[in-house]
Amino acid sequence: MSKIHVTTTINGEPAEFLCEPHQTLLDVLRNELNLTGSKEGCASGDCGACSVIVDGRLMCSCLMLAVESTGHEVTTIEGVAKGDELHPVQRQFLQHAALQCGFCTPGLIVAAKALLDRNTNPTETEARYWLAGNLCRCTGYDKVIRAVLDAAAEMRGETVA
Amino acid sequence: MPSLNYVAPATVQEAVRLLAGASGLAKVLSGGTDLLVQLRSGRTRPELIVDTKKIPGIIGIREENGGFVIGAATPGMALFEHPTLKQTWPGVVEAANLIGSKQVQGRASLAGNLCNASPAADSVPAMIAAGATCLIAGSDGTRQAKVEDIVTGPGRTSLARDEFIVEFRLPKREPRSGDAYLRFIPRTEMDIAVVGCGVCVTLDANGVCTAARVVLGAVAPTPVLVPEAAAALVGHKLDDATLEMLDAAARRACNPIDDKRGTIDYRTKVAGVLARRTAAIAFNRASGGKSAGGH
Ligand SMILES: Cc1cc2nc3c(=O)[nH]c(=O)nc-3n(C[C@H](O)[C@H](O)[C@H](O)COP(=O)(O)OP(=O)(O)OC[C@H]3O[C@@H](n4cnc5c(N)ncnc54)[C@H](O)[C@@H]3O)c2cc1C
Ligand code: FES
Ligand code: FES
Repeated sequence: MSKIHVTTTINGEPAEFLCEPHQTLLDVLRNELNLTGSKEGCASGDCGACSVIVDGRLMCSCLMLAVESTGHEVTTIEGVAKGDELHPVQRQFLQHAALQCGFCTPGLIVAAKALLDRNTNPTETEARYWLAGNLCRCTGYDKVIRAVLDAAAEMRGETVA
Repeated sequence: MPSLNYVAPATVQEAVRLLAGASGLAKVLSGGTDLLVQLRSGRTRPELIVDTKKIPGIIGIREENGGFVIGAATPGMALFEHPTLKQTWPGVVEAANLIGSKQVQGRASLAGNLCNASPAADSVPAMIAAGATCLIAGSDGTRQAKVEDIVTGPGRTSLARDEFIVEFRLPKREPRSGDAYLRFIPRTEMDIAVVGCGVCVTLDANGVCTAARVVLGAVAPTPVLVPEAAAALVGHKLDDATLEMLDAAARRACNPIDDKRGTIDYRTKVAGVLARRTAAIAFNRASGGKSAGGH
């Protein structure tokens, strides 16, 4: 079976690649495009380490065929910062030390960005439910939630301690 | 999977033609949240994947004659974001939004949830309770079917190999009616139902039930519409005696499996309790209240 030629947009830039029909978007991001920020924790939709945003919707890149990205806009963790300027979620993750091994971090940041893109004033409960699909084996989540809520405050223009 | 082919037809007719013409196993792809997991584990080995998402209208929701038409591949999150669907059919929307994480809801569709044919599929009891139908396309044209007539057993449906679901129709909601869906899981998020229950009721001006549909999930090989449980409600207000009859009818309809999530006795007991709780929410909504359902 010949490879499929896919034209898509990744982090605002036009992108093209060849893939096998069964290859996942995660596989292509990591192994063909060298965008290794998205991680493979489970490959079954359970851990969220592979989270990406496609046309404004959060999804697991391990549950998407690479060819399905044709004509869509994909944002990965590599596209969250604007050049050298970190996204508020990234800044607050550093501020709160909301990571230990860091394996879950790209997925959590992408998921948190997707939440704050639609709602810059989530309650703690909303943030916790939104991030329930992102598993972290190290932090216990509390610092993650503090970081996300402070990033939200920063995005609302409030000063964060 | 060396010989897998992928196609994304732009019309219903082309999709049907591809399904009908496949020499081996062909699989319809909507959100892929079941299919990709099964591809990877080797549980399914299709030679062809027919991605429906390029077909116009297959993703989207429109109001029609007071009811709703929901494209088969519309992700659960789009149901939640729709301005009026949630007010009209809150049970259906809440059920769809119990499916997996936000990541999964960004992709998971009603058609995939139904056609994956898991006994525990969350949106299915709610859709059946609401009286939803689906439009099925095949080589001989299209046909309408009731959602309860699709699943025939775990992993099996009544669709022919050249057929797929194009859209769902939720009827116009009767005055003084309301629906609800609850599931019971051992944790609060990200788990598979031990029991699911969908209820839709219509009341008269005095709060007496005039019509009901009660559906149980995860307690039998398919989701089950339980007419005896509905009969326990019709002609009654939601008093203790009625709830007791409903509970008993729900328990009698159970034919569950024993697994790590629950024993047969446990699932049966929970089915009765969940039927009571779901009915209470549906009655409250039918009488104009705004109870929260979902978990
Ligand atoms: C992490 C995780 C958590 C989950 N949690 C839940 C949960 O809590 N509750 C729950 O019910 N499910 C859950 N699921 C299962 C899954 O997400 C749902 O069943 C979902 O609704 C499937 O929809 P889909 O569009 O992704 O289906 P797909 O994977 O695209 O398809 C599923 C099946 O349906 C067939 N199909 C798809 N579209 C059509 C069509 N239009 N016509 C005919 N056949 C079709 C496919 O061929 C395939 O066999 C979970 C899955 C994951 C990965
Ligand atoms: S790798 Fe995709 S959810 Fe775990
Ligand atoms: S920091 Fe290690 S998994 Fe989250």
